[in-house]
Amino acid sequence: MNIVKWQRPTLAWPSFGRLANLHDEIDRLFESPFSELTRTSQLLSGWTPALDVYEDKDSFVVKAELPGMKKEDIEVSLHDGSLSISGERKTESKREDSEVYRAERFFGRFQRTVSLPAGVAADKVKAAYNDGILTITLPKTEEAKPKKIDVSVN
Amino acid sequence: MKAALQKETRSATPERAESVQYIVPDVNIYETKDGYELEAEMPGVNKDGLEVTLEGNEITITGHRTNEVVTGEVLFRERNHANYRRVFDLDPAIDTARISARMNQGVLLLFLPKSEAVKPRKIVVSE
Repeated sequence: MNIVKWQRPTLAWPSFGRLANLHDEIDRLFESPFSELTRTSQLLSGWTPALDVYEDKDSFVVKAELPGMKKEDIEVSLHDGSLSISGERKTESKREDSEVYRAERFFGRFQRTVSLPAGVAADKVKAAYNDGILTITLPKTEEAKPKKIDVSVN
Repeated sequence: MKAALQKETRSATPERAESVQYIVPDVNIYETKDGYELEAEMPGVNKDGLEVTLEGNEITITGHRTNEVVTGEVLFRERNHANYRRVFDLDPAIDTARISARMNQGVLLLFLPKSEAVKPRKIVVSE
């Protein structure tokens, strides 16, 4: 595939950059039909960072792919049993003088909300951001943890 | 057409017999007067998992995820856990000896400088 110089849109329409890649998106869809479905939906809804949720006996762990963010631009909040991750990825201002050959990355706001089962110790939630992945650890309350009951046999 | 990183070769073709699936990372490519800057999104990859190889005029970016420690049961899974790979053909004007790369929060920043000979130069007009 040849790289054709990307034209800066004359209209102030924020999603134009991604629509310009429609052809690429279709190519991808045929290459890998299942894994790329979520990516294609970004055309309509902006940026939807992919999430994984895990559960072990002590906690729930949410992992979100947020490459290239600044830690301070990520917001995590817990309200009424739902965890919300939001933020904004900003374009670097130094890019304004450069010519753009390819613009596949999304810049702008995103938000994702996950409903959590009961029993999260809200005051013990921790978040870490490493290698572009946000990891939120939500420990369970003592009551929600599975308990082992020793049965004594007489 | 001004050739930047001239042609892109789709990288999904596995090299070995067993089929290895890679994610084609999203990239932005910019041109400045000094060279080209390429940004590639590879969340989960750090400096140790990054491999940039140059063969002739072809540059290959490979990102291996360093093993994330995940325990427990999966409740919800949207992320693709494959490694990343994408190949580009380079503009011959790029000084391949001075290519530099760094990782910043899962984004690869690759700087591909133009060789001095092709940089736009201001010629001073002598009276």
